[in-house]
Amino acid sequence: MTEEKNTTNKEWPLWEVFIRSKAGLDHKHCGSVHASDAEMALESARDVYTRRSEGISIWVVPSNAITASKPEDKESLFEPADNKIYRHPTFYDIPKEVGKM
Amino acid sequence: MTETAKNTDLTKKQALVQYAAQIGDNGLIIGHRMSEWCFKAPSIEMEMALMNSALDLIGQARELYTYAGVAGGEGKTEDDFAYLRDEEDFRNLLLAEMPNGDWGDTIVRLFFMSAYNKLFYTALAKSTDKELAAIGEKSLKEVTYHLRFSSEWLIRLGDGTEESHNRVQKSIDNLWAFTGELFTMNEVENILLDDGISVDVTSLRPAWDKIVSDVLTQATLVKPQNDWAQLGGKSEGRHTEYMGYIIAEMQYMQRRYPGCEW
Repeated sequence: MTEEKNTTNKEWPLWEVFIRSKAGLDHKHCGSVHASDAEMALESARDVYTRRSEGISIWVVPSNAITASKPEDKESLFEPADNKIYRHPTFYDIPKEVGKM
Repeated sequence: MTETAKNTDLTKKQALVQYAAQIGDNGLIIGHRMSEWCFKAPSIEMEMALMNSALDLIGQARELYTYAGVAGGEGKTEDDFAYLRDEEDFRNLLLAEMPNGDWGDTIVRLFFMSAYNKLFYTALAKSTDKELAAIGEKSLKEVTYHLRFSSEWLIRLGDGTEESHNRVQKSIDNLWAFTGELFTMNEVENILLDDGISVDVTSLRPAWDKIVSDVLTQATLVKPQNDWAQLGGKSEGRHTEYMGYIIAEMQYMQRRYPGCEW
């Protein structure tokens, strides 16, 4: 069994679940499950998130392995980009021959 | 009446109806048992896992009962088999009706049954009866997952804490007496065997023993040595004391309001 086995904590660790759909190219985050280890997390993810044929591939990642940005940093992290519309490639004239991009 | 004539009291058609129905009985009864965990499982993840498996098993029963009705040619439906037969008409394995008990009991029961189901449906997929073969093939994918799920749990309970180890070992010891019945043939199976319709379940034992031994070894659990087997469910419809309660709860609506639909 894997190192993540943890039978001393009363709560099972949390795992983030990513599912790739039949038509999809990338795994998309769809939720989380509690499980004692990676293998059990995979099975739980199968049982909870693929009941309606949502996927053909599953990833599970320990939630505590994810480093997330803080909500209170939102202004400093993201707002400076809001008034820099020149970063969007919308100011170019595209020749008709190119068609839709 | 000669012995041969007595054996053919059941026509092959009747035998086929009973055969399809008795395979369905296993799915319905253990599926019903597992559905009793609804809203009571230790976590939402386990609740979903058990209900998925229960729905698989009840779904298998529905297909088999529907086919039994068609094969009988008397216009019987799946509901006739599930709701309008009495306790002694059910020919499920006694293992299927054993109570949920604790989590270990439920896991061990599902594990023993799924190891059997995997081998059984693999063989049924090769039945000369095309309909049974198709049901076997579809069901095989479902029970393969049940076996994986219950094996992983058994390994974690056995190789987990001292308490989980001791409790799941007790579950194994308690349920062991009901595993011998899995490999016994009853009348209809014998009638259909020569035509290649029924599965020779006696031949499944070595492979079942291997699956069970491998998982128990990983789980640091001990396989019981006493092979005394409680029989009677599948051969005669002689059930444990638990079966009447299952039937009562399962059939209540249809008995109280005959023909009710919703």
